[in-house]
Amino acid sequence: MQFMLLFSRQGKLRLQKWYVPLSDKEKKKITRELVQTVLARKPKMCSFLEWRDLKIVYKRYASLYFCCATEGQDNELITLEIIHRYVELLDKYFGSVCELDIIFNFEKAYFILDEFLLGGEAQETSKKNVLKAIEQADLLQERVNSVVPVHGPTSTSLSL
Amino acid sequence: MALKIVKGSIDRMFDKNLQDLVRGIRNHKEDEAKYISTCIDEIKQELKQDNIAVKANAVCKLTYLQMLGYDVSWAAFNIVEVMSSSKFTYKRIGYLAASQCFHESTDVIMLTTNQIRKDLSSPNQYDTGVALTGLSCFVTPDLARDLANDIMTLMSHTKPYIRKKAVLIMYKVFLKYPESLRPAFPRLKEKLEDPDPGVQSAAVNVICELARRNPKNYLSLAPLFFKLMTSSTNNWVLIKIIKLFGALTPLEPRLGKKLIEPLTNLIHRIYLFFSQILHHLSAITLVCFSWLIAFLFFITVLISLSSGMPNHSASIQLCVQKLRILIEDSDQNLKYLGLLAMSKILKTHPKSVQSHKDLILQCLDDKDESIRLRALDLLYGMVSKKNLMEIVKKLMLHVDKAEGTTYRDELLTKIIDICSQSNYQYITNFEWYISILVELTRLEGTRHGHLIASQMLDVAIRVKAIRVFAVAQMATLLDNAHMLTGNTQRNGICEVLYAAAWICGEFSEHLENPMETLEAMLRPKVATLPGHIQAVYVQNAAKLFATVLKSQEGNTDSTTAQEASQLMIDRLPLFVQSANLEVQERASCILQLVKYIQKLQQKDVEVSEEVCALFAGELNPVAPKAQKKVPIPDGLDLDAWINEPPSESESEDEQPKAIFSKEEPKHSRPRHTEVDEKELARRREARKQEQANNPFYIKASPSSQKVYQETPGVEHIPVVQIDLSVPLKVPGLPMSDQYVKLEEERRQKERAEKKKKDKKKRKEKRSGRGKKHDSGPESEEDITPAHMVDIVTEEMPENALPSDDDERDPADPHKKSSKHKKKKQKREKEDKEKKKKKKHHHHHHHHGDKGGEESVQNGTVEEEEPLPRRLISVMLTFIFLFYSFDRKAYDIQGNLQDGSQVVVSVIFENKCDSFLKSMEFNVLDSLNSKLQRPEGSGPHDSLTIPFQLPPGVSNEARFVFTVQSIIMPQKLKGTLTFIVKNEESSTHEKLDFKLHFTCTSYLITTPCYSDAFAKLLESGDLKSSSIRLEGVNMPFHHLLARICFHHHFSVVERIDSCASMYSRSIQGHHVCLLVKISSQTVSVDAKCDEPTLLGNVLDEIKQTFSQC
Repeated sequence: MQFMLLFSRQGKLRLQKWYVPLSDKEKKKITRELVQTVLARKPKMCSFLEWRDLKIVYKRYASLYFCCATEGQDNELITLEIIHRYVELLDKYFGSVCELDIIFNFEKAYFILDEFLLGGEAQETSKKNVLKAIEQADLLQERVNSVVPVHGPTSTSLSL
Repeated sequence: MALKIVKGSIDRMFDKNLQDLVRGIRNHKEDEAKYISTCIDEIKQELKQDNIAVKANAVCKLTYLQMLGYDVSWAAFNIVEVMSSSKFTYKRIGYLAASQCFHESTDVIMLTTNQIRKDLSSPNQYDTGVALTGLSCFVTPDLARDLANDIMTLMSHTKPYIRKKAVLIMYKVFLKYPESLRPAFPRLKEKLEDPDPGVQSAAVNVICELARRNPKNYLSLAPLFFKLMTSSTNNWVLIKIIKLFGALTPLEPRLGKKLIEPLTNLIHRIYLFFSQILHHLSAITLVCFSWLIAFLFFITVLISLSSGMPNHSASIQLCVQKLRILIEDSDQNLKYLGLLAMSKILKTHPKSVQSHKDLILQCLDDKDESIRLRALDLLYGMVSKKNLMEIVKKLMLHVDKAEGTTYRDELLTKIIDICSQSNYQYITNFEWYISILVELTRLEGTRHGHLIASQMLDVAIRVKAIRVFAVAQMATLLDNAHMLTGNTQRNGICEVLYAAAWICGEFSEHLENPMETLEAMLRPKVATLPGHIQAVYVQNAAKLFATVLKSQEGNTDSTTAQEASQLMIDRLPLFVQSANLEVQERASCILQLVKYIQKLQQKDVEVSEEVCALFAGELNPVAPKAQKKVPIPDGLDLDAWINEPPSESESEDEQPKAIFSKEEPKHSRPRHTEVDEKELARRREARKQEQANNPFYIKASPSSQKVYQETPGVEHIPVVQIDLSVPLKVPGLPMSDQYVKLEEERRQKERAEKKKKDKKKRKEKRSGRGKKHDSGPESEEDITPAHMVDIVTEEMPENALPSDDDERDPADPHKKSSKHKKKKQKREKEDKEKKKKKKHHHHHHHHGDKGGEESVQNGTVEEEEPLPRRLISVMLTFIFLFYSFDRKAYDIQGNLQDGSQVVVSVIFENKCDSFLKSMEFNVLDSLNSKLQRPEGSGPHDSLTIPFQLPPGVSNEARFVFTVQSIIMPQKLKGTLTFIVKNEESSTHEKLDFKLHFTCTSYLITTPCYSDAFAKLLESGDLKSSSIRLEGVNMPFHHLLARICFHHHFSVVERIDSCASMYSRSIQGHHVCLLVKISSQTVSVDAKCDEPTLLGNVLDEIKQTFSQC
């Protein structure tokens, strides 16, 4: 996998993880173009598209788009599964995750992603193990109550 | 409560934490930039404080701002500070910030080496973990070199958590520092057998990635992977391994055969895995397709195993047929996956995909561009002489409709690809092709003008017969050049004028009115074209001039010739002033020449011959490989040293049989060139941009078409009223559509003639030979080109070395197949001849001995004979694999016949050399099972199979049986009758077979959840029974996979060496199994609401295991 982006329906970037070294300028350019391309697609269209020489696999959960870019040879379905796993992990960790959870605790979202994927490869396929690692690392942190409950009236969960 | 107080005080201590920042940004939607700039100022203040907690908080906020697109590179040093904090909380934030903000050119990375090394060897595994994660994002070649040893040590860490990460990150290290691969490889290999599945999967991942780049070096690991494949329980790992084998088998064909069996065992597991993914993907209805997805995955793998699979083509064909259902589905994801799989099959089995042309064309109309692009890929392999025009016509319609330029450009290149593939193999009418190319020039804003131009040149040069037509078309194009030159800078289409001008000049003898064309080529507007095109214009104007002179030769009235000279002298000075050196040089040279000629003309000297001599001779195309084929002269040894090489003691470096001996250069070199190319492209782009923006850079006037039309003083150009709202039509150009019609008429006529001829022949010869032409579909070879076309082959050097391999373009998969076809035809011919002789022979020797002859006859069809029996045994797996699907298909069509129907798909494969026709299938009905026959036919009538089988072809037929009771297995006797037809005779043949309906075949794999399963068992409606299997010598998961695969069960739950399984019959019987294994003894306790059915299923399970 080359990179993973999370962005809202309004095109606001919520999370980005790059597994290939690129300059900030290039990253910005890619993000801008890709967000536009994906948002322009209608809801019924398929989750796959070819973009430059990359294969883009994306899926929308509530108001958030999860978008992965892989090289040609990777299996599309597996990439979709990676996205889904990640959403499940977020959901387990935050408890019915919503976009605001990811905005306010964005570093946690990164930590979870880092336990799940490393260098663009799935490092742990067991959800239990990922969450265990995160919990233990959290325990090490001094601030105990770091997850701020943010469920307001506007938050819709990503509906798994 | 206490916690909250503590937290509050901490919050107060920090000025603003991340949550406050986020909230603030959300509250300042109008003046976000301003708000953030004040925040950044605050952060700068915080970073100056000594308190690490404050710093970490600031860095955390910066990471967020970085994501929003703000530059935070100035804080790189502060991030390093936070990374080196001893507290995990801060370290974690520091590394996160580093992994998001650092890249290879961040210079502070150099300062981190020691810190990272310290963290890697930290006693706290989470410190190490965080360092490894961070490193994976910002590892540089320097870091990789310095830390490779430390990471390698971590690969044997006591904690699997660390081992796993260390193994994965090694891949990044290899990429950055290839020298590390050799020392690390043994340990990496060792990790393939790590006790922890996570570490194992990481090692598989890394090796698969490495092998993808250079499979040859990893062939020796095949046995190890083979072992892993049969023992691993992780689906992710399995799929990786299967993909790896896909890369390895082309190098070692023997692997393919070995893989078939374990793969078949895995099919079910992969199926369940994919079904789970599809389930997440969208609706539950998709689950019924999941086996298909899994099967596709396997098929694509099996194809790469190529020779390994017996009965290959039959299953491929079946698969393609099933794919159709997938593509026809309304779900776009399925459609996409179906098309993708089809394009994979197309590469190796183009024939089997070709029959689905209608579907693919339909997909071209899809709203979704992803789908359209996939369909376009497929079209490439589907064209034949017969349908090329039709397909291209359809594509042309799409070109007109297409909105985005990218898609339109893609269409354009595909049209040209399709037409020009394998040396214009499918084009029967080049006039049509030229008009297609001319029509394509009307595309506005395409980037591919150059491509069209090169096609025009290629066709005009190589197809001599077309030149008259091509020249006429090009002359019209030149005459209407103003339409193409609209805005030259952005419009790549003006490139076609290059081709047009050259063709008109080079083949000017075919021009009807060279004077007019000469005038068109010398219009002032030409000066706005790019330099290289102007140069061609000038040069070819001279060629035209020569032709005009020649045509006026011997004419007493020399005004035309003089007019031509005057025109040249009037117009050429414009080009002499050109800023382009090439244009300038040619123009001034030709201008002087014409001036001299004019002088001679005035003296009434005949000059045309001398002028023509300037351009005499034909330019032949040179093959791209010509240089390579130049034979090496005798006595020249290219490998011999000219001077003795300096002696070097390199020999010690050469280690024999190193797995990765070639790895190092492979890694480093291509990467560099890639970077170079990218860099070059970037620079080129930048330069173009610069030129476009530079007011001093001289470029063609950017006047658009409209402006041009409005400007006065262009009356000399015959401008036709153009309505810009409709697609531009160049006046006087024939439309390609007309050709399609013409071609159809022509073919019809030809066919009619042929029929006549055939009839005559038949009358004369009284042989049934001509019949084949009538009955069978029009074959490729029947279509003759519109006019005799000889495609000039490209020139090769004298004594060129023949080498077949060179010719084949590895990038063109279809070429191979066409070659193959030719070979096959040839073989067929030979065979036919042989047969003739043979038959002759028979007649002589076995005349009067009828019995003897028959046995011989049987002998010739012997290859055919075992077909149904073997097929039924081989294909049963397929039949029943597909069986459950068919039921679903009925569901969809609302045609469910209360579970009393069984669909049997049979693949008929013709393995003999003769043509099989009039096949009839009949089964002796039993009381319980009846073959469904069309209405009006009697109970013993046979069913006609709706296809014929040419030699080597296979096809699938389906038969529906009505079954009353499904609790007992049964065998149905049947016969297949058919006519074997070859050159001279046809014989009637009959084959007996048995269809075995096992009880298993009435079961459908149905997933069941454990709670529903428990309820079912508790209900008490079920009767139980059990069997024991002794001496089962296979891992438990294999055993389960076998039951799932062969007997259509699904695993409900598995705990250690005990599993519960479930299946359902088509009539709704529940079958539950509890399978336990202890030291080679398997006990199966089963429950079912129908004891007889249960007993039979158990017997069948027993039989399955007794066979292995």
